[in-house]
Amino acid sequence: MAILVDEASKVLVQGATGREGAFHTARMVSAGTNVVAGVSPGKGGQHVGEVPVFDTVAQAVAATGADVSVIFVPAPFAKDAIYESAAAGVRLIVCITEGIPVRDMTEAVAQLERVGVQLIGPNCPGVTSPGKANVGIMPDTIFTPGRIGLVSRSGTLTYQIVYELTQAGLGQSTCVGMGGDPVHGLGFVECLALFEADPETDAVVLIGEIGGDDEERAAEFYKRQMSKPVIAYLAGFTAPPGKQMGHAGAIIAGSAGTATAKAEALEAAGIPVARQPAQTPDLVRAALAAR
Amino acid sequence: MDLFEYQGKQLFALGGIPVTHSQLAKSPEAAVEAAAAIGYPLAVKAQVLTGGRGRAGGVKLVRDDRELLGAARAIIGMTIKGRRVDAVLLEKAVPIAHEYYLALTLDRSAKRPLLMFSTKGGMDIEQVARQDPDALRKLHIDPLLGLQEYQIRELALWAGFAADEQRAFAAVLRAAWRLYLDKDATLLEINPLVRVAGAPPPAAEGGRRRRASDWPEGVPVLFVALDAKLTIDNNALFRHPEFKRLQGVDDIRERRAREAGFAYVSLDGDIGVLGNGAGLVMSLLDLIAAEGGKAANFLDVGGGAREAQIAAALDIILSDDRVEVLLVTIFGGITRCDEVARGLLIALEHSGTRLPVVARLTGTNAEEGQKILAQAQVPNLHVADSIVAAVRQAVDIAAAQSPRTVGR
Repeated sequence: MAILVDEASKVLVQGATGREGAFHTARMVSAGTNVVAGVSPGKGGQHVGEVPVFDTVAQAVAATGADVSVIFVPAPFAKDAIYESAAAGVRLIVCITEGIPVRDMTEAVAQLERVGVQLIGPNCPGVTSPGKANVGIMPDTIFTPGRIGLVSRSGTLTYQIVYELTQAGLGQSTCVGMGGDPVHGLGFVECLALFEADPETDAVVLIGEIGGDDEERAAEFYKRQMSKPVIAYLAGFTAPPGKQMGHAGAIIAGSAGTATAKAEALEAAGIPVARQPAQTPDLVRAALAAR
Repeated sequence: MDLFEYQGKQLFALGGIPVTHSQLAKSPEAAVEAAAAIGYPLAVKAQVLTGGRGRAGGVKLVRDDRELLGAARAIIGMTIKGRRVDAVLLEKAVPIAHEYYLALTLDRSAKRPLLMFSTKGGMDIEQVARQDPDALRKLHIDPLLGLQEYQIRELALWAGFAADEQRAFAAVLRAAWRLYLDKDATLLEINPLVRVAGAPPPAAEGGRRRRASDWPEGVPVLFVALDAKLTIDNNALFRHPEFKRLQGVDDIRERRAREAGFAYVSLDGDIGVLGNGAGLVMSLLDLIAAEGGKAANFLDVGGGAREAQIAAALDIILSDDRVEVLLVTIFGGITRCDEVARGLLIALEHSGTRLPVVARLTGTNAEEGQKILAQAQVPNLHVADSIVAAVRQAVDIAAAQSPRTVGR
């Protein structure tokens, strides 16, 4: 089971022959992911390690039955890559690329909604179901299989908290890095719904940060529609308003989007908020024990 | 990136949003010279990238050279919310029949552009939304269809515009939407958009001539944008070379970091922070505050940082003489900790700094990295074994150093 990706997922890599694409294709394969194809226009017939490369996504899907695409192509070409995968009929697109214009993403997200294809990212570390599939750039060594779901807007902070969970003996069902851009695919609400329905997940860790209202909407969803416990950690309590903190989405605009407001919304809905990453495992254990 | 009002108005003029004759002046003398071509009365407006300039005294209406000189002397050089005013925009005053508010922006929750229009312009729009929500209309624009004519008609009807006003209003909205798209804006705000009183001003008053294609034939210019706020998507700058030269960053270290390709934000503490990943570094700043310390900066070197980037990042942090201690925290994913360790040692040696450094490396090749640092026997380099331990140590060192007793 797990959510979004598992051992049955057939993964194709867009931009597989580029520097990042080739490096991470090898890492995904060595993590046991079923990478069936690479796509690089003009490089059809080549191989990245053992993985065959095709000129187009349509050819790759026809030849291999790939159903998940992971995108490493540069930002100016990312929207086209998303459209190409959607047209070729994959069910899930994981877009690692950072720096994609907002206009491109609003158009891409609208199109994917129309054709019913799921998107993770962009500007994200990917999605990993430990022991089954690692799609993206997350370091596989930090994971251990288990029953905790995790969804995050961050990259390395996710690694830090997964590392803390693993150290504490709390394995993970699936970890989703939804990305740090203002316009992105799956959000907290969609992932919480998937975890709620997943029989292999007992509790969920949510990692948020400043900007937007994803966390507030997650709190609302939890209150109304979730039975499994959720634990949160938030970054950016000390971030100054008006300054973009690295992620394009991490900016406090006016009075909205502060970590304090988000923590209040989450706690009011009954979601405990850890004050530092290392507290997360304790809160997860407490929540599991209280069930 | 945010554009100044005068830059926004240049784009408005080219894109077919009516503006009145205006000119930029960087000194009171230049202002008087420019006023001769514009004519009185005119508005003197501080050019500054922050709101609330009116309340701060940054906008004045003047009727003659003497008043202009006084206003320009007061405004040029003043500081509004921490930002120095280097120039004023002189703008021809127009007779105002009514003030409206118009904005296009990204609605993150809906993942699509949002058009906001209010019959109560010239005031703080958040206040209007709170106190008089019926005076504000919001409508989403489908990113794949664009702003549709029926949406414009509905708005014009709601606002109660007469037939010729409707046509002029539609022309403004079409131009605004086109500009928002073409320039990859994430915010285009006109507050106020005014309906002019009496006879409409000539379509091409003063020097800013609109090409015939930008304003529909036979439609009177009944609306004029008296302000212009534009924010351009930083991610889209690669396809807008016209904005490259405009990029103004106040902070010299923020500018150097941008050039080096990583995110840096100047803060007001004394602990220099270097980490990888925006979320991780934000979390680090929170931990520092929780331990009673204050960070001097946010710095994310990004994924896969190698020696050269580490050195450049270190260089920027060390150029800040408020920094009493350097805290380096890396979680190796793509980034390999042994490479970071070697890069750090070389950069430290190269910089010749005697500043204390606390480092903590986790993830890919962490053990080798920690070992490399430990064996280097650099005086004042402390290797911590957890984030919390590293933060505590850095905060303790900063507290002990302040006020500084040791030079570097």
